Amino acid sequence: MTPKINDFSIHVATVNGSGSQTANSVLLRAIFQMGIPVSGKNLFPSNIAGLPTWFTIRASKDGYVARRRDNEILVVMNPETAAEDIAAMPPGSMIILNEQIQVPPVPEDRIVYRVPMPKLMEGITTDVKLRRLVVNMIYVGVLAEKLGIAEDEIERALNAQLGRKPKALALNHAAVRAGWEYSNKNLPKRDPYQLERMNATTGKILIEGNTAAAIGALFGGVTVVTWYPITPSSSLVESLIDYLHQYRSDPKTGETTYAVVQAEDEIAAIGMVLGAGWAGARSMTSTSGPGISLMAEFAGYGYYTEIPGVIWDIQRVGPSTGLPTRTAQADISFVHSLSHGDTRHPVLLPSSVRDCYDFGILAFDLAERLQTPVFVLSDLDLGMNMWMSDPFPYPEKTWDRGKVLSDVELANLPKFERYRDVDGDGIPFRTLPGAKNPKGAYFTRGSGHDEAARYSEKPEVYERVMQRLSRKLETARTLMPPPLITEDPGAKVGVIAFGTTHWAMIEARDQMRAAGVPTGYLLLKGLPFTDDLKRFVQKYERVYVVEQNRDGQVADLVRLEVGELSPRVHSVRHMDGLPIDAVAVTEPILARERAARGATAVAQGVGR
Amino acid sequence: MRESRHFATTTPAGPPAGTNHIGLTRADYDGAKTTLCPGCGHNAITSGIIQAAFEAGLEPHRVAKLSGIGCSSKTPAYFLGQSHGFNAVHGRMPSIATGVHLANRELILIGVSGDGDTASIGLGQFCHMVRRNVPVVYIVENNGVYGLTKGQFSATADIGSTTKAGAKNDLLPIDLCAVAIELGCGFVARSFSGDLKQLRPLLKAAFAHHGTAVLDVISPCVTFADHEGSTKSYAAVKEHDAPLHDIEFVPFFEDIHVDYEPGTTREVEMPDGSHIYLKKLAEDYDPADREAAMRVMHEARREQKIVTGLIYVDASKPPLSEDLHMPKQSLASLPIEQARPSRQALDSIMEALRTGG
Repeated sequence: MTPKINDFSIHVATVNGSGSQTANSVLLRAIFQMGIPVSGKNLFPSNIAGLPTWFTIRASKDGYVARRRDNEILVVMNPETAAEDIAAMPPGSMIILNEQIQVPPVPEDRIVYRVPMPKLMEGITTDVKLRRLVVNMIYVGVLAEKLGIAEDEIERALNAQLGRKPKALALNHAAVRAGWEYSNKNLPKRDPYQLERMNATTGKILIEGNTAAAIGALFGGVTVVTWYPITPSSSLVESLIDYLHQYRSDPKTGETTYAVVQAEDEIAAIGMVLGAGWAGARSMTSTSGPGISLMAEFAGYGYYTEIPGVIWDIQRVGPSTGLPTRTAQADISFVHSLSHGDTRHPVLLPSSVRDCYDFGILAFDLAERLQTPVFVLSDLDLGMNMWMSDPFPYPEKTWDRGKVLSDVELANLPKFERYRDVDGDGIPFRTLPGAKNPKGAYFTRGSGHDEAARYSEKPEVYERVMQRLSRKLETARTLMPPPLITEDPGAKVGVIAFGTTHWAMIEARDQMRAAGVPTGYLLLKGLPFTDDLKRFVQKYERVYVVEQNRDGQVADLVRLEVGELSPRVHSVRHMDGLPIDAVAVTEPILARERAARGATAVAQGVGR
Repeated sequence: MRESRHFATTTPAGPPAGTNHIGLTRADYDGAKTTLCPGCGHNAITSGIIQAAFEAGLEPHRVAKLSGIGCSSKTPAYFLGQSHGFNAVHGRMPSIATGVHLANRELILIGVSGDGDTASIGLGQFCHMVRRNVPVVYIVENNGVYGLTKGQFSATADIGSTTKAGAKNDLLPIDLCAVAIELGCGFVARSFSGDLKQLRPLLKAAFAHHGTAVLDVISPCVTFADHEGSTKSYAAVKEHDAPLHDIEFVPFFEDIHVDYEPGTTREVEMPDGSHIYLKKLAEDYDPADREAAMRVMHEARREQKIVTGLIYVDASKPPLSEDLHMPKQSLASLPIEQARPSRQALDSIMEALRTGG
């Protein structure tokens, strides 16, 4: 039996609310501490307790962190899904079965370890409720013993999770120990899976995208935060609240340098953001699809009246309530032009936790420079799952507050007109309420207005203002983060992705290269596109835009952008609510490439 | 109009004639020319706001004028032209006001809304603004109809009131003053655009209030609701107006002794040292008694009276900014040193994420 080292996925099937989160985090962190690249994906229901939930931990010596379709190891803790979960396991896989759970006969070529979990718990605590919560630690012990996770790593991880609760710590530790000992004494190893120490995670952090975004906002100097609770966005503001409390309030007086308001709905949340942005604060809110829908009217107001604000959209599956706890990239075209009329918003597309941090800062600079709402489109996979990253660097640049006239500057001007394009970049100057010089006062309105902010219905005035806003978006192109481009030598095929699709793309490119299809890759970081896009498409015979939605929203935007090159642009979509995996990228592209290259060969043959 | 012999006249001493205590003239509080219908009650309220702001000596640059959508919401363009203005989307001015206050609590916010803007599309935001006690002088110019869309009923239209075309309203009106009192509002007043003598001191008192001040001002729509059958016509309001008291306001900067007979007048002190004097009319009315206020509102509805005056006042409730422990300085003007934590702070956050601790 050839050992399989540091390259497999562990799939844990439990019941929501059963306390398995701690067990899974301990496993994830212990593997991380062993220096092995690791990622965790929580597949959870829209429910507080009782429905099935799965957690997948992928260990990958090659550093791949995308979801995989197949798992090598299954932990069966949920009677309701046990039969289905086991049926999905391939030959050669390993199954840890809570013996209490009745399952149909498992084929001989699956390696089953039966563990009398309730019995083992009897020796640990008499409290029935605690038994139910702590029983998950038994499978941690069994896995640790079977896979070779050193006990001190489990201990460290447990300590990090429960160090502040000594009683719980002792109890959990006893359960791990019981699982480990039972496995060691009674279950001879028959599986090939093995974890061995590496040094690929030294110095790295483990973090969720929402937490990273919160840290970005914290260091971006946010002062006004408004929100309405919604999955999968809530944890962004909740962790921001914790950090603000810790780092931006005076421990003695309780005085803060920020304000957080839980709004009555998302309309009020964005209204407060715009009110605060108008008055000069760095303001933000965070939401998901349904909240974005509610924000539409104010989003257009912010665009037309030119008020900065930052709106995070942690995308989930729509339409409507959709699948609130599943992931998608399907809000792009809606958000890019959110609101009626000719509205266009800059959109940032973070693909990593590092991007979440960087864009948490950058979004404020862009919003204040461009005087417009800026949207950041993360997703549930990025926002709520744990990702490895190098630590975030301290921002070396100061902040950009944009074109705000001071009292002195105002005094020196012959006159001030709020919407006059003085510099030719489409961005006018603004004053803040409270400016002492009466020249600075102006009236903000969502109705037609001229350069001096006066009410106007004149056709030529309306058109002039709208054309200037369009010029402003051209300026935005030069300020958006450029895409990340990496190109294989000799590649004829280009691939474009954004957001969390990036992680499947890294793996897919390796697979395609191995299959004889090297690629050039453009990782998109925002909209509007920078000039890099057209140059990239120009270089390749075929360009595949890979995204997690039904209709190929970004493929459409790319086609519009590249005009006559649009026949080169093809669309690859993944849309089942689970994070995209590499095969979902590789298979359709290779199929089309085989067809295209075959057809070329045939055509050449006929030509000769 | 009601006159009172007991009140001193409040001509400020000191600054040159025709100027207020900060040296500005009334013209410094003017705005653009109105585009509303001639005779519109809203125009009278606008001039009331101008006069009250002048007399109170508001610094125009410290005022932000906010509104929603509708005839009433156009009016901030017609007063205080030296102040920043914000004409928001329909029914959502309260959230804008909340954001402005969070960004810069030094600003005095004057919000103008209508009955459609507040009681229909914006009822939710209105309620939550009151609940949070956002410091806004929130004026509802209430005529019971949608003017800009030509005369449909709003949610404050009285039962039995008719449109110009004769359609009857069968639904109970929403009484914004009662709603505000129920939600804990610390300053609730009702007035009439035809009674500036009452409205002006109410406005000045509202400027001195530190939380949400709701002023529901009945303001007849001359075009769509001034006919017989409308309960908010000039004639109907004049007939049913039932003032609770005569009102005088003495700002903090005026050292005026008000001479009144014992037992005739109530005195309310505002947080800035200003005083409101309420002279008893037919019955003694205590605006600090919340239950009495609710009772008066119910009786008024039963008797089809429009009770006007300072219905409820409690200046002690802390405004939102104090609830949130915000600094005195405006958040908008915080320097980066205060808004961006240190390098060490980031290091300690990263270390915790590395170890999981």
